[in-house]
Amino acid sequence: MFHRESGVFKTTYAADMALYPLPIAKWTMIALAVLFVLVIPLVVHEYYLSILNLIFIAIVGALGLNVLVGYTGQISIGHGAFMSVGAYTAANLAVRFDLPFWITLPAGGLMAALIGAVVGVPSLRIKGLYLAIATLAGQLIIEWTINHVPAISGGAQASIQVDRPSLFGFTFDTQGRLYFFLLFFAVLAIIATLNLVRSRIGRAFVAVRDQDIAAEIIGINIFHYKLLAFAISSFYAGVCGVLYTYYFGIANYEQFQLIVSIDYLAMIIIGGLGSVLGSIFGAVFVTLLPIAIRIFMEDVGSLFLSQGELANVISGLRLAVFGGLIIFFLIVEPEGLNRLWRNIRSYFRVWPFSY
Amino acid sequence: MTRFVKSWLGVAATTATLALGGAGAFAQSKEIVFGFQCDRTGPTATVGTVLCPGYQDYIALVNSKGGVEGYKIKVIEIDNEYKVPPAMEAHERYKKEGAVIEGLYGTPQTAALNKKLEEDKMPGTSPGFGTASAADGKRFPYTFPIAASYWSQVGAAVEFVKERLGTLKGKKIAYLFYDNPAGKEPLAILEDLAKSEGFELRTFAVPAPGLEMGAQVLDITGRYKPDFVIAHLFGRSPSVSIKELKGKGYPLSKVVSLVWGSAEADLIAAGGMGVAEGYNTMQFAGVGKDYPVLKDIEAMYKAQGKEPPKEMDSTVYYNRGVFNAAIHVEAVRNAIKAKGGAMPTGEDVKKGMESIKGFTLGGFVPPMELSATDHEGGGWVQIWTVRGGKLVKVKDWFQGYRPVIEKQLAADASKS
Repeated sequence: MFHRESGVFKTTYAADMALYPLPIAKWTMIALAVLFVLVIPLVVHEYYLSILNLIFIAIVGALGLNVLVGYTGQISIGHGAFMSVGAYTAANLAVRFDLPFWITLPAGGLMAALIGAVVGVPSLRIKGLYLAIATLAGQLIIEWTINHVPAISGGAQASIQVDRPSLFGFTFDTQGRLYFFLLFFAVLAIIATLNLVRSRIGRAFVAVRDQDIAAEIIGINIFHYKLLAFAISSFYAGVCGVLYTYYFGIANYEQFQLIVSIDYLAMIIIGGLGSVLGSIFGAVFVTLLPIAIRIFMEDVGSLFLSQGELANVISGLRLAVFGGLIIFFLIVEPEGLNRLWRNIRSYFRVWPFSY
Repeated sequence: MTRFVKSWLGVAATTATLALGGAGAFAQSKEIVFGFQCDRTGPTATVGTVLCPGYQDYIALVNSKGGVEGYKIKVIEIDNEYKVPPAMEAHERYKKEGAVIEGLYGTPQTAALNKKLEEDKMPGTSPGFGTASAADGKRFPYTFPIAASYWSQVGAAVEFVKERLGTLKGKKIAYLFYDNPAGKEPLAILEDLAKSEGFELRTFAVPAPGLEMGAQVLDITGRYKPDFVIAHLFGRSPSVSIKELKGKGYPLSKVVSLVWGSAEADLIAAGGMGVAEGYNTMQFAGVGKDYPVLKDIEAMYKAQGKEPPKEMDSTVYYNRGVFNAAIHVEAVRNAIKAKGGAMPTGEDVKKGMESIKGFTLGGFVPPMELSATDHEGGGWVQIWTVRGGKLVKVKDWFQGYRPVIEKQLAADASKS
């Protein structure tokens, strides 16, 4: 990750596809694991852990959307609705049948995958903006259904409270404990996606994205792989929804409205379509940057303004700066933060002989 | 390994000591921290951009008079954009900064934080947001709606209709509502009252975003022809409903709107006060500028050589911000007094909140009484009607069908 070679020495496909191209990459991973598992939870204040928790959940959702949009090239604006499917499935199972999270979480994911595959059916006939509208319809239908079917929503308030997740009598109730809970699933999602995209399925996805007719001619079953992409992506979304449910202690469809789908699309576009690291960068960027800008403005602004005046200025200015930064990064590198990172790395790979 | 763990524990302990030391220095300067969430940039920005300055101005007023019981108030306002994850981040930030009370903003945000407030023992207020069942202090010990819930509001609306029509027996009432959980919440009360009072009820749902309701209004005015309309709409839709009802010739004096369709901004967006003549609005805080507390805020600005902010002209939302801040300050004042001047904790402020009684700010705040079981304070509202280009008070603080609401609360509590 942070290492560099002095040139390109790979001679086999296997070497090129390896997760750890050099021994040092493995050491970097171990160092990162120690940092996230041992150092951060012990050293960092709970407040920062809570931000990391939000980032972990966002990473799971962004990875799922990237599998669909980035790797398979199918646009979806129904991601938020798939999250709510996972959330309500898990909440109903947890409350009505008193099931633990290690059953409700995969169940929520699977239910979302099922619904996602159904919503993905139009992708077999339409592409691009048309598909975007079809998935938008999916989002609205799911929202409406949850709002109007008390059997799913649990009454007029359409919200179901769930207890904190627990394992062998250990309850994940504080931010510090939830940190480990969410870190585990974020890491699992990252590893799963890394391996998915270098498998036969991942290559088929990329072939469909690049030119679906050509993919069909070389023997890829479009019907199978497009729906599989929707199902896998929705599975991630469902799990993301379940994580939100356990994190907030409530399933509420108003948390998963259209704007959430747009936010996740923004994450993967800023981070980089078709890359795992890009999804992570995007999730971090969209979650962390508004907070960082606000804290910076509070510190600087309080030198000049009273707290009331500061509050009047900050929220509008913060949005403007955030929007400005998105535009700036996308102009510097239209392919997202991941490409920016790779450019920096390849520059240093041959540095100082940049020719 | 043990040595390794120990060394990290050491690092953690050092950090904790430093953090605690910092907090200690903080307390010495006699400063108390309030958290306040707001939405100035999201879908409800029309409310937030007016309401939140009201909150800030009242706190500034208290600070200019020496603070609350000698403590200066520091407000950390965080714009959650009506999104849930930022609301959680805001709550954790308040906890880190040692806030003793938190103002919540938004219904899904309140729902997501209910549990967290209880776990962290931080009282949070949600006037006009959240679920009606949060009025039950036993079930939601740290959530304080402090204003009439949708159940109480609709109870009061029916009471008002009864007063206007003389009797409800055999009358027809239309309920025009925004098709979301908040809009559907009062249905239980309405159906209950329809049975006991003998009126006929028909409901008309308006789907989000509520900008198109021609069909529903035509159905109301052309086919159903009700004796009264109770409207429960949000955002831009109240102004659309006023325009549509007026356009179809329905008398606006036979319409009463719940609290989120009741601001000057809605009336102006409908085409001005003249168009909305006769429209009845429900309020949980005083309306207009004729209160000592607002005069004090104006005087504070004049003393600084500034003009009072233009947000003050939008009195409904501005006053709700002032109302929210006043309740926060009063709860903290009670808590500090109970501790003999010492710095209160969240638990103390919860008790302070539950002992608020007879605090009216010259008619600005309803005569509510909060208690350990009733976090709503009784569900008081006023009715203000548009007359001659401005809002005029036609019914002072009252409660509607309190026993019915209490019965519903008890039924809801036994269900869970």
